[in-house]
Amino acid sequence: MSTAYQIVVCGSIVPDPLQTLEPVAAPTGPALKNEMMLPAVLDPWAGHALFEAANLAKNTPGSKVWLVALGPKAKLQQVMMTVAQKVPFELVALDGSASGFTDATETAAALADAIAAIPGLDKSKLLVFGGWESASRGAGATLQMVGERLGITDQFQGVDQLTLNADGSLEILERIEGGKHQVSKCAGAPALLGWATGNLPEPKNNPQVGMVNMRTVMPALQKAKPTKLAGEGLTFASVALPKQLRETQIVKDKSPDEIAKEIVEWIKK
Amino acid sequence: METILVLAHTENDGSLAKTAREALHAAATLHKSLAGSKLVVGLVGDNVQAAANSIAACPATKYFGVTGAEFTQPRYGTDTAAAEAICKTAQATVVVAPATSRWARVLPGVAQRLGGRADTHVTGAAAADGKISVNRWYYRQRMESSQTRTQRPWILGIDPGSQSACDCGAGTASVEMVAVNLPDTAKRTTVVGVREPKADAQTIRPDAQLLFVTGAGWTKKQADGQTHVPEAEKLILGFLKASRASLGSSKSLVDLGGEGQAVLPFLSHLNQIGQTGATPRHAKGLSTCCHGEEPHTVGWRFINERRAISLDPNCGWARGKADVLYVADAFQVIAKVNELLA
Repeated sequence: MSTAYQIVVCGSIVPDPLQTLEPVAAPTGPALKNEMMLPAVLDPWAGHALFEAANLAKNTPGSKVWLVALGPKAKLQQVMMTVAQKVPFELVALDGSASGFTDATETAAALADAIAAIPGLDKSKLLVFGGWESASRGAGATLQMVGERLGITDQFQGVDQLTLNADGSLEILERIEGGKHQVSKCAGAPALLGWATGNLPEPKNNPQVGMVNMRTVMPALQKAKPTKLAGEGLTFASVALPKQLRETQIVKDKSPDEIAKEIVEWIKK
Repeated sequence: METILVLAHTENDGSLAKTAREALHAAATLHKSLAGSKLVVGLVGDNVQAAANSIAACPATKYFGVTGAEFTQPRYGTDTAAAEAICKTAQATVVVAPATSRWARVLPGVAQRLGGRADTHVTGAAAADGKISVNRWYYRQRMESSQTRTQRPWILGIDPGSQSACDCGAGTASVEMVAVNLPDTAKRTTVVGVREPKADAQTIRPDAQLLFVTGAGWTKKQADGQTHVPEAEKLILGFLKASRASLGSSKSLVDLGGEGQAVLPFLSHLNQIGQTGATPRHAKGLSTCCHGEEPHTVGWRFINERRAISLDPNCGWARGKADVLYVADAFQVIAKVNELLA
């Protein structure tokens, strides 16, 4: 018998990876220069989690996907214009900072409260998804705290594959050291999965999916709860770009034989 | 007064991994610079006595252990309970742990249970004027911070390879066992095994001296107007076999495989370095046919000596990031390198 899941994906926005980022000191702590002007994208690993969630929902009738996102409302709206065309989901928006310098604990508290407040949430069907790390704070800490707050003690990080077994159990592949995967079997929901890359390509834009999603995205953005992340107890002494510009020696007048010899000597040194 | 707890798990054979000794080194350094602080050790595993004995000469004054068959599995439910129990018994205010996949899974959850905070991917910890500060990177290794916290306990996940390993000697340690009451809910998950490529097909080697980075150029049309993917595969695998290097790849090259194109079948997302990949630590890095920012800026952040082979002398990402840029055809150069290494 197939189980219907309630799949909640936690994920927010990050600056487009192609942008040059520069830290600046703001009254509330470190920030990025021209942060609000930087083009944003859905956090890549959270994106993988969303696509895996949608695929799972598609293959388990009766399942539904929510995307819980904490970020500045205006930027969330911009990014949702694209993301909403990818896969079906219902947005739960929180209006607050998506900065990497916010505290994982405070972010987790806000996300957990938002998840707990989803109408009709049934924890026996709940799967919480997200990226195992963000491309901003990159802590790999927020999801575990969300799970703890929701009372979920079956947690997995660096997930590349989830398989549903006929008996309702879950088989999960997590990345571990040395290019290996740990294989675990979990009795079933509730469970929390921090996704790595997974196996799915990014879905193509589908305007019809976008139309359906936007019916809930815009109202969700309008009623997004203001969320203050104070960073209590956390003080940044400095945030700086690494000084690592190297004096690159350009070698363009040597034959492949000479270069190969030089490289082998360097490798063996 | 801070009580610094080094929290580690044993390996399958009961030993401590190098990463645990790195965390111990970081904690011992912190302890030394914090007047009045205490250093204690907590170990989790089937049997921790041998591991405790192996570091008995370190400056720790107490050893705590959680042992038993239930604690051999790297699983959230049991590992969190074990770590929580040790932290409470030791009355730890600062917890220093290696950020292995096993601990990275549970440490933030432990901080949540204890009402503390967790900072992960820590690359340095120091104390001055009685105040602890840590270093970590933000925005995928693009900027580095130094930060402090007032909350306790403060759990620090030390990035593997970022510290030197403690070389304290062995002896006999007295381990105080900590009892953990495991609810059934902590055992809903069972670790059934590890999946890995065959030994000769494993291309990710964290302990390798050299990281060999392949870019999408390997699969592009060459001077004769044709692609040479089978030849590229032979050259890359030949190099890995001869040099024992670890293989990294740019995102674009890995994505080609994910899109169903028949390219370099031995590459997976696990090889990917950069924005949505790994940031491995190796002494040397050699990149070939890479033209993007990611491999050179993010993926190479913790590579000490860097060389690149590219046909583009003006490659903006190699210039300023690599020590040496060879302007040459990687197919020809690697073929010669393989001959010399054979």
